[in-house]
Amino acid sequence: MIFRHPKATLLAALLLAAGLSVFTGGLNPYHLDIIIGIGINIILAVSLNLINGYTGQFSLGHAGFMAVGAYGAAALTTLAGPRLLPLLGGQTWLLFLLALVAGGMLAALAGFLVGMPSLRLKGDYLAIVTLGFNQIIIVILQHIESLGGARGTSVPAYTNFFWTFGIAAMTVYIVATLVNSTYGRGFLAVHDDEVAAEAMGINTTRFKITAFVFGSFFAGLAGGLFGHFKQFITPEGFNFLKSMDIVVMVIVGGMGNTVGVILAAIILTILPEALRPIAEYRMIIYSLLLILLMLKCPQGLAHLGPALWRRLRGGKTPA
Amino acid sequence: MINGLAAGSVLALIALGYTMVYGVLRFINFAHGDVFMLGAFCAFYLAPGVAKLVPLPSVTGWLLVMVLSMALCALLGMLIERAVYKPLRRKPKLTVLITAIGVSLFIEYTGQWGFGASPKSPPELITETYMTWGALSVTNTQVLVLGVTLFLLLALQFIVHRTRIGTAMRAVAFNPEAAALMGININVVISFTFGLGSALAAAGGILYAMSYPSIDPLMGILPGLKAFVAAVLGGIGNIPGAALGGLIIGIVETFVGGSAASTYRDAIAFAILILILLFKPAGLLGKSQVEKV
Repeated sequence: MIFRHPKATLLAALLLAAGLSVFTGGLNPYHLDIIIGIGINIILAVSLNLINGYTGQFSLGHAGFMAVGAYGAAALTTLAGPRLLPLLGGQTWLLFLLALVAGGMLAALAGFLVGMPSLRLKGDYLAIVTLGFNQIIIVILQHIESLGGARGTSVPAYTNFFWTFGIAAMTVYIVATLVNSTYGRGFLAVHDDEVAAEAMGINTTRFKITAFVFGSFFAGLAGGLFGHFKQFITPEGFNFLKSMDIVVMVIVGGMGNTVGVILAAIILTILPEALRPIAEYRMIIYSLLLILLMLKCPQGLAHLGPALWRRLRGGKTPA
Repeated sequence: MINGLAAGSVLALIALGYTMVYGVLRFINFAHGDVFMLGAFCAFYLAPGVAKLVPLPSVTGWLLVMVLSMALCALLGMLIERAVYKPLRRKPKLTVLITAIGVSLFIEYTGQWGFGASPKSPPELITETYMTWGALSVTNTQVLVLGVTLFLLLALQFIVHRTRIGTAMRAVAFNPEAAALMGININVVISFTFGLGSALAAAGGILYAMSYPSIDPLMGILPGLKAFVAAVLGGIGNIPGAALGGLIIGIVETFVGGSAASTYRDAIAFAILILILLFKPAGLLGKSQVEKV
């Protein structure tokens, strides 16, 4: 597994991101768009996986936290930016970093506020409530006139290859090490059996909220990156369907399977581009995929590969 | 107030379906809002055909369209249950939930592809007239919406409490295994529940299409979610509760819509949901249950 030497892997990934970012200038903008999209989707999917996959709390509102991050970061760079920039010595990267972190923090705070009341709920109810919060966040953002209200707002283009993949690598690193730590076993315990976990002295509510706060923080970072990449954000861009996109990535990759989810994020970002001629059917294919996966292989596609391999090696024909 | 009641009755009709399916299978049928949409589209496509038999707009024509759409959607609901939910009956709840979302998206986007994404104006089934009683002015559509809802609600109460299949439904809701041991065919009961719920959703869809000027393939999402909130508000699994919840949400939304905070209208239902789940998770008329291990 790539997680045997997490720190070395992280360092390598960061160096790779820095090294590759030198060459991205020569890339055509369309390809760069897809590549950055992949990076952002990896952050979103891996962070949602912490909530949905590892901790087993089905959230349908990830795009809401992404929106909070995007707007938080945008507020800092567009509204406060002109005044802050001289203080930071004119370094835009410093301003951007500050904005991203602020956006992430704001999203984490939102995650905390949402998590506090709603994590007393389970399964279906939690899913609907998080969806409801997603909707509420959109409605609130539509009323912030200084950031364009429902019309949306433009933001400067600060995001580049290095930022995106640097943060994606950090996200993967932090989520993977968190889940594999002694403390992180608690997430899996909550996922496997809440009552049993409670009986073993695990504060399940605390673990759920921790997962929510971390997940939202990264979603916020992704939102900030997204906004400063697309240069234009509207509240409606972060609606329920965006949340669903992220959920599909996690499910296709396999809940609680980081490598699978990363692969799914990559594939599901490229797929719509490759399928552009039949773009009308994209969501139909997505939904069919979702239903079939749940019926035939609920652990996700990443599970399908090894399972097939085992069956072949065992001499049995795959059913 | 009348507007609120009319909007609320539509929500109540959808909420009834949620509540019944939840009562029997203990899961939320996310695709229910889309059956509501399909109901409206059934009416849209059936109306020209019906118009050849009986002239539209007329009461008989309207009834015919209504009954046909309800029957069609009932069949569809049963089909969905057989094809997708039945194989998952013993799977974890999360799996079923995700599948239900998948079904919902599938119906929506197949609808967008099949019906076209642009909104359509529904056929005129009944000529709208205004009635005035003193200071009160209502349209006949609103009266019809209220009347049909009341009728269907009473019919449903009758089916659930006075017929054999209704008794079987309640038995399955109470304890599926025990019901099966008593010789109840669970599959038939579950199919019937889905059919009944879908028919009600279709009725809601048509009534909605009669009161609002446009229908589109994604129109089921928001009413579906709000109806779910209504079902929770009234106590999920409880039939009168769902109706009550629907009416309350319809009225509250209409009042907020008419006030200065009108742009927050769509957030209201969710705010209600969060409050109710925090303070009275069993709903207004529901009984609280302790989770058994």
